[in-house]
Amino acid sequence: MSRYNRHIVLSDIGQQGQDKLSSAKVLVIGAGGLGCPVLQYLTAAGIGKLGIIDFDIVEESNLQRQVLFGTSSLGMNKAIAAKKRLEDLNQTISIDAFSEKLTTENALQLFKEYEIVVDGSDNFATRYLVNDAAILCNKPFVYGAIYKFEGQVSVFNFNKGPSYRCLFPNPPKEGSVANCLEVGVLGVLPGIIGTMMANEVIKIILGFEHVLSGKLLCYNSKTAEISTLKVNSNQSEFDKVLNNEILSDVYESETCETSIKDISEEELTTIKDIQFIDVREPHEQPKLAIKNCIEIPLGDLETNLQLLDSDKTKVAFCQSGIRSKKAVEILMKQGFNDTFNFNGGISHLIEALKQNIYE
Amino acid sequence: MLLNIKYFGLIAELTHCNEEALEFSYTTIADLKEALIAKYPDLKAKDFQIAQNKEIVSNNATVSGDEIALLPPFSGG
Repeated sequence: MSRYNRHIVLSDIGQQGQDKLSSAKVLVIGAGGLGCPVLQYLTAAGIGKLGIIDFDIVEESNLQRQVLFGTSSLGMNKAIAAKKRLEDLNQTISIDAFSEKLTTENALQLFKEYEIVVDGSDNFATRYLVNDAAILCNKPFVYGAIYKFEGQVSVFNFNKGPSYRCLFPNPPKEGSVANCLEVGVLGVLPGIIGTMMANEVIKIILGFEHVLSGKLLCYNSKTAEISTLKVNSNQSEFDKVLNNEILSDVYESETCETSIKDISEEELTTIKDIQFIDVREPHEQPKLAIKNCIEIPLGDLETNLQLLDSDKTKVAFCQSGIRSKKAVEILMKQGFNDTFNFNGGISHLIEALKQNIYE
Repeated sequence: MLLNIKYFGLIAELTHCNEEALEFSYTTIADLKEALIAKYPDLKAKDFQIAQNKEIVSNNATVSGDEIALLPPFSGG
């Protein structure tokens, strides 16, 4: 087959290696910044069966780095839009798109259908879920994560190597580490990190030595520096998961999210007295320049409850709706039931106010 | 002993440098963490792991190497 000729002529791959790629089954979690390059190269390499799971929709701000999508994909589910593009790239492979969220309910069933899992998710709850489900299903997973100009790559749960929990035993508090949506990310960075992840997937399938297991590769795009650090296995971190304590923890944090009330742009009009709460850090722009808005960074919220007006309906917002969701959770726990999350973030809020939806 | 300390991700933003040399006279990684938190109080609220001579180490490990790195987890994708 001429499609894979450049692989086959490599003595380390050959027809035999290409056949291994063609019979491999890989599941990619998230078709975002990391997922796009991973999927693109794995599809081009002729991985026999690819699964893509992503519940999210393609937005214009994704196009700066999520290279599988174009303007014609805007508004489409990412897993479905990715499948559409990838089928054009290589129609000889099988691609399953799952337009849903990875949860404790579907993770184990889904993981069992594949041999290798790739974690291109963008939040800690999913990352710990991927780790735990991979341990329970005994699948290796290729990990990548990014922050502004820096990235991390590793292979976890591979041949008795360490897991993600051996590196970071405890999930950070939600909202304490901002994601790309909130702090920005250099567009080419997920391209670099995602391509390294695809490379590790291919190395595992081909049975190459030196898989990036037991090591964390840290890349800085500004300095072009790479540090590779050794990570040791810690059996107690596996036992935590195998004794099934952990999956339930993650699940709990997911279920409590359902009690958070989102408020739409239209709904803002129906409420008379609103106090807006900007839970971003002081330097974040743009500001909401209206009188009935107070600024309390998420980390300071619990110690500044006296600033809240109990007679008013409180609407929290941030850059994208993630930290504000956390803020609402905190406030509801403190008994401020009349509190809503503005899910669209500051830019949509300003837009809504401009259109005089809210007086 | 003189330690070369590298900072990654949001830790580097907090220390305003990617790398610095610090004189340190205690014995364990936990002591080192405390000394760094004394220098950078905002570190206290952050999650990070410490690597010594390119190996992730626990709090009770002895400070033996000259190269230390502070690694926060990243969630972005």
